[in-house]
Amino acid sequence: MDKKRIAIIDGNEAAAYIAHKTNEVCAIYPITPSSNMGEWADEWSAQGRRNIWGTVPTVVEMQSEGGASGAVHGALQTGALTTTFTASQGLLLMIPNMYKIAGELTSTVFHVSARSLACQALSIFGDHSDVMSVRQTGFALLASASVQEVMDMALIAQASTLEARVPFLHFFDGFRTSHEVAKIEMIEDERIRAMIPDELVIAHRARALSPDRPVLRGTAQNPDVYFQGRETVNPFYAKTPEIVARAMAKFAGLTGRAYKPFDYFGAPDAERVIVIMGSGSETVRDTLDYWAKKNSGEKIGLVAVRLFRPFSAAHFLSALPPTVKAIAVLDRTKEPGSAGEPLYQDVVTAVNEAFTAGTLKIAAGLPKIVGGRYGLSSKEFTPAMVKAVFDELKKTAPKNHFTVGIHDDVSHTSLDYDRNFITEPDSVVRAMFFGLGADGTVGANKNSIKIIGEETDLYAQGYFVYDSKKAGSRTVSHLRFGPEPMHCPYLIQSANFIGCHQFIFLDQVDVLKYAKEGATFLLNSSPYTPEEVWDKLPRKVQEQIIAKRLKFYAIDGSRVALDAGMGSRVNTIMQTCFFAISGVLPKDEAIEKIKYAIKKTYGRKGEEIVKKNYKAVDMTLEHLREVPVPAAATSRRELPPVVSPKAPAFVQEVTAPIMAGLGDDLPVSKMPVDGTFPTGTTKWEKRNISLFVPVWDENECIQCGQCGLICPHSCIRSKIYEPSALEGAPATFKSVEWKDKANPGKRYTLQVSVEDCTGCGLCVEVCPKKSKTRVGHKAINMAEKEPIWEAEKANWEFFLGLPEVDRGGLDLSSIKDVQFAQPLFEFSGACTGCGETPYVKILSQLFGDRAIIANATGCSSIYGGNLPTTPWATNAEGRGPAWSNSLFEDNAEFGMGFRLTLDKQREFAIELLQTLRSELGDAFVAEIVGAPQRTEAEIAAQRARVAELKKKLSGLNSWQAKHLASIADALTKKSVWILGGDGWAYDIGYGGLDHVLASGRNVNALVLDTEVYSNTGGQASKSTPRGAVAKFAASGKPAGKKDLGMMAMCYGNIYVARISVGANPRHALKAFLEAEAYDGPSLIIAYCHCIAHGINMQKGFDQQKAAVNSGHWILYRYNPSLAAQGLNPLSIDSKPPSIPLKDYIYSETRFKMLSLSKPDEAARLLQLAQADVDQRWTLYQQWLQTPPTEPAAAPTAE
Amino acid sequence: MDLSTTYLGLKLKNPIVPSSSPLSQRLEDIKKLEDAGAPAIVLFSIFEEQIRHDADALDHLLSAGTESFAEALSYFPDVGDYHVGTEKYLELIAAARAAVDIPIIGSINGISPEGWTDYAVEIERAGASAIELNTYYIATDPHRTGAEVEEMYLDVVRAVKAAVKIPVAMKLSPYFSSTANMAVRLAEAGADGLVLFNRFYQPDFDLDEMEVRSDLNLSAPAEMRLPLRWIAILHGRVKTSLAGTTGVHSGRDAAKYLLAGADAAMTCSALLKNGVGHLRTMLDELQTWMASKEYESVAEMKGAMSQQAVENPAAFERANYIKILEDYKGKYILA
Repeated sequence: MDKKRIAIIDGNEAAAYIAHKTNEVCAIYPITPSSNMGEWADEWSAQGRRNIWGTVPTVVEMQSEGGASGAVHGALQTGALTTTFTASQGLLLMIPNMYKIAGELTSTVFHVSARSLACQALSIFGDHSDVMSVRQTGFALLASASVQEVMDMALIAQASTLEARVPFLHFFDGFRTSHEVAKIEMIEDERIRAMIPDELVIAHRARALSPDRPVLRGTAQNPDVYFQGRETVNPFYAKTPEIVARAMAKFAGLTGRAYKPFDYFGAPDAERVIVIMGSGSETVRDTLDYWAKKNSGEKIGLVAVRLFRPFSAAHFLSALPPTVKAIAVLDRTKEPGSAGEPLYQDVVTAVNEAFTAGTLKIAAGLPKIVGGRYGLSSKEFTPAMVKAVFDELKKTAPKNHFTVGIHDDVSHTSLDYDRNFITEPDSVVRAMFFGLGADGTVGANKNSIKIIGEETDLYAQGYFVYDSKKAGSRTVSHLRFGPEPMHCPYLIQSANFIGCHQFIFLDQVDVLKYAKEGATFLLNSSPYTPEEVWDKLPRKVQEQIIAKRLKFYAIDGSRVALDAGMGSRVNTIMQTCFFAISGVLPKDEAIEKIKYAIKKTYGRKGEEIVKKNYKAVDMTLEHLREVPVPAAATSRRELPPVVSPKAPAFVQEVTAPIMAGLGDDLPVSKMPVDGTFPTGTTKWEKRNISLFVPVWDENECIQCGQCGLICPHSCIRSKIYEPSALEGAPATFKSVEWKDKANPGKRYTLQVSVEDCTGCGLCVEVCPKKSKTRVGHKAINMAEKEPIWEAEKANWEFFLGLPEVDRGGLDLSSIKDVQFAQPLFEFSGACTGCGETPYVKILSQLFGDRAIIANATGCSSIYGGNLPTTPWATNAEGRGPAWSNSLFEDNAEFGMGFRLTLDKQREFAIELLQTLRSELGDAFVAEIVGAPQRTEAEIAAQRARVAELKKKLSGLNSWQAKHLASIADALTKKSVWILGGDGWAYDIGYGGLDHVLASGRNVNALVLDTEVYSNTGGQASKSTPRGAVAKFAASGKPAGKKDLGMMAMCYGNIYVARISVGANPRHALKAFLEAEAYDGPSLIIAYCHCIAHGINMQKGFDQQKAAVNSGHWILYRYNPSLAAQGLNPLSIDSKPPSIPLKDYIYSETRFKMLSLSKPDEAARLLQLAQADVDQRWTLYQQWLQTPPTEPAAAPTAE
Repeated sequence: MDLSTTYLGLKLKNPIVPSSSPLSQRLEDIKKLEDAGAPAIVLFSIFEEQIRHDADALDHLLSAGTESFAEALSYFPDVGDYHVGTEKYLELIAAARAAVDIPIIGSINGISPEGWTDYAVEIERAGASAIELNTYYIATDPHRTGAEVEEMYLDVVRAVKAAVKIPVAMKLSPYFSSTANMAVRLAEAGADGLVLFNRFYQPDFDLDEMEVRSDLNLSAPAEMRLPLRWIAILHGRVKTSLAGTTGVHSGRDAAKYLLAGADAAMTCSALLKNGVGHLRTMLDELQTWMASKEYESVAEMKGAMSQQAVENPAAFERANYIKILEDYKGKYILA
């Protein structure tokens, strides 16, 4: 490899590199795992990086992938070289335009990091379901199998499309390739230019629409000619494979890397052949190499598919060895109900057509062909599975339509495979690191790969696995370093180095499972010293260390990190340890290189950060120790169970293994058939991620309930109860007199679930009570968990057993009372101190027992519905929010569908009640139909009536009675909530939200407004304020924030509120209650502080207050019911701005970073943003002062 | 009338020097100060603790939550280099050097030995004419002796003097058991000048919120009495330059410092309160007063009312009311 040209990058960067070099326009929209491609392109253009023709490509973020594809289509039609990046549902949204672009024979390349589609569940991980869903659009499909190939095929696709005029979709496996970091050879501009002749570019432009040479495109055609028109493109598709083959040959001449539309690897006389595309082909190749090195003499081979569409039977057949007898075609997708998956079908067709035509040049005649599925949603595909497939082909009647990689005990499709078949060569260093997201492990490992990849001749590969929690998430890094190029796109199966960066993991995951005999084990032993750590290990870990004869090193890493000023980030320390003991590089050289890398990584953030890291490196070397390993295990500490034995069977059998990282072992029969899961499962997942938890001081407490109201993780609960309920309470259980004269004699307890607390500290921040004798001490204070852990566990258990407070007697507009309304959303995996979840929790407290929730894809759908557990919970009667996520773009419509059903069922139920009047009694029917359901007590009474109705119906035999029984619950009030973030409400779902709000139907939309796409990593939305830095707005967002609330108010019949629980919790409660009570559409826009703002999350509510005080976030309610009474429906509920905008925004990194990077631009945008605030305040005042001329029409369902 | 003076070996056209304050944060303000007659400018201080804190905060806030969750491996775009640390400060020194003709004096508040020296070297390299060490240390550790604290100050001076060639002034706190002795030792340690005294943020209590607030009020002329005393005492006893700071609101206030023996009178609050143009007024006032007393040069005035020069040196030693009572009659009246 030419050292000058090497780079250590991931697949997304490789694709974006070529795309940015060879295009003029990129229209993009974020979606995992493709977002980074757009981000790279945007960043490069922001930096002024030019394409190969010397101009800076224009990068524009659209409101959706549908919008992006429309913009791409338009830009192509007008002659720009245009591209886009997407995946999964995003690609599906592009389908209509893809047909158009292909039908019009337009040259373009879409780069897709292939990802699963949302079916029974969403998955962000990789397979070919998305690209297989567009194989019929007319796009050519070109697959890459590795990071190097991504760069190469991206260019080959670009060159081919311009010549062929057929648009190309270039794809590679999401995460496995898009996020794998590898050492590859870059292609310089002159070679790229050599691949793309100017005349083809000019020809593309010449075909463009221009009023200077006008043509018409996009006609409507009739039965007479449409068909013929559709057939005109055939010659172009016929020529495309050969054009691609030529481009590949030309590319080989320029770079030395040779490809074919179908590449054959393996024995020339192979009898068994696997046909596969994408990264899986690399695994097969790796397995073939293993056997070849062992001279196994196996007659096996691989056809790696590069060009899947147009499928060239001729090229495919010529790649097959003439000796083949059995072929297994592996598809990384599933098409339920089909005759076979797409690649399988094409292979069968190609071989059989040739056989029928007599042109098949295979000695033994028609080979056996079987198809199989593998690797859905990034399921591992390993050499062991490859072996299982080749073994199957040996059989006289190999299984067809098989699966490999899972245990299918339902349809029995799966092949067994030998998990001990491991091909990892000893020449490769294979290191696994278990870390926390917050400790910086992944970043340090990415640095290590760069150090080794750039500074040595070794090849390097890194892949990183994350869990789905946003707070306290675990990461596992897989790093390989070896002397030869690697073809192993699968997780490490046998590691010769294991780094465990958090001691607690030893209790939670089988860290040493993949340790090879004689491997090195490095442990961050904190809170213990290396000298004392052996005795603290669980027995199983000791046994593994002894049995596998591991070399055991330890460092009190967290202590060293603290002493070096690194806080909780042990990354540099553990990285230094790795280099010090792994022997990948000579130690001194390695240390020097780490320091160089530190300078490179942190230098731009200031010299101080560099110095601090240098200090950490030096201190590490002094504190690293080898731990002597005794001959026998001495520990009596057994591993704790994953979940409490009290957990229900489903949690024990399905949820717990997933929590323990053993989900891969679950058989098909354990999975729900339709994606339906029980709720209320986070309570079994005691994550214990915080070392500090709140402690209630019952003597200071004024029982106001504010801490419980805002706790983002629902860990703070209160109850009042009779003194007698204290019988049997644990000794440390706290209880005081309930200070309410109206309700004397009761006891009060505020209890913290310390095992679920994330340690955000927001409760302490909002506590209004300071001790009279020590003002720094409040009624709730953070303290170390360890000393109180066991006692508080018992207290929590006892607390749960106390009876819930009767909702009927609560004033839900009072914070003091809401503390007793049971949260039916608890212990989510959201970020520590999340700004969204307090609202979601409040919603569940107020309406949870009658709520049905449509949740747009985003943060809230992930912390709300990502396996293994869900925070949505039930009350003692088994009622609670019913929740579902449809898509990102359709959430309002999805929620409106709920309302349509409920309304229809209620209407039908009333019709049936009327028909059953005589059996049920006139009075009873009248009562149940006319029952008011405004209050909790009235709703409870109606529930009792419905229960009575069901009892009566059970004694009746008519079909009407049976139907009524099935829909009787619709007679009780239900609350439809449509939840989502600003990406949904302001951008991709806005059209739908607007339509649903305009419909007049009784739905409630809650917009959790973080002013940025939080879940996909901080891209700008139309809610992003002016001057804020976000991805796709790296120079500060130039345009002001869209005023969604005002747009909705213009309809006149929509309840609209803008709230901030941190600034005014009482107002927030009021808005929730009014919105739900309003018999029409409601929109609540809630300010959510967010980790993507770059703030101290513990001060999140201070930021909320500052947002309101600066006038950035005006609090208001617009209640059309008031208009009906001739009153002004709008009330402004916050005071005039009392602080300058800069005092608010410059306390947030999203704004401040612009003042540090581009101070002049920051000053300009600040001025404009302040003007925005001033003007908006004036505008709202004008609305306030204009009384309505006539009462607005009451909401209608039309 | 000759207003010129020599401070830290620098020849200044007049003795009223704008002291370290927010007024020197922007180049245009520095130019305005020069236009208003400033003979030199002590730049606002860079605080090592603040620089470290800001760098840590930026690093933390940009990386919080990154590499944790597969969909959001980062939350911010890479916007290139940040103007953090001393960079902006050093750029300002260089720009000021190019834009104005008067000496620019850098000011440092360090917390670590390398902080003091590293920043001093950088400031010298950026083109500053001198450095003022803004020592700011509240000795809260009950186990730390006064001698240890004094040694720490001396170490800072020695280290910085060893690291740079430009003159170094020490801005002192008034809280020494033996201020005069400390001044002499600082001079021996190499200080080229002493600035008397540093004013500190003092805590105040917010009785509504029950919180401690800490800020700095603008000085009042009455506050100059403490430094005035010590300048008068030290004049002629230490070999360093002396500057009086605190309470210089008028030309007459400046005159007092000069009479006590200061080589420069430093002002800040008056300019913050009245605007940069007030400097010109102060200079006019000084000249008017000098003319009324028939002084022709600042050199003539310096130390004219120092302890060694006044009729009643004990006036500077009076520490409380009782001594004033003792002086109820003229000292030459024996009966």
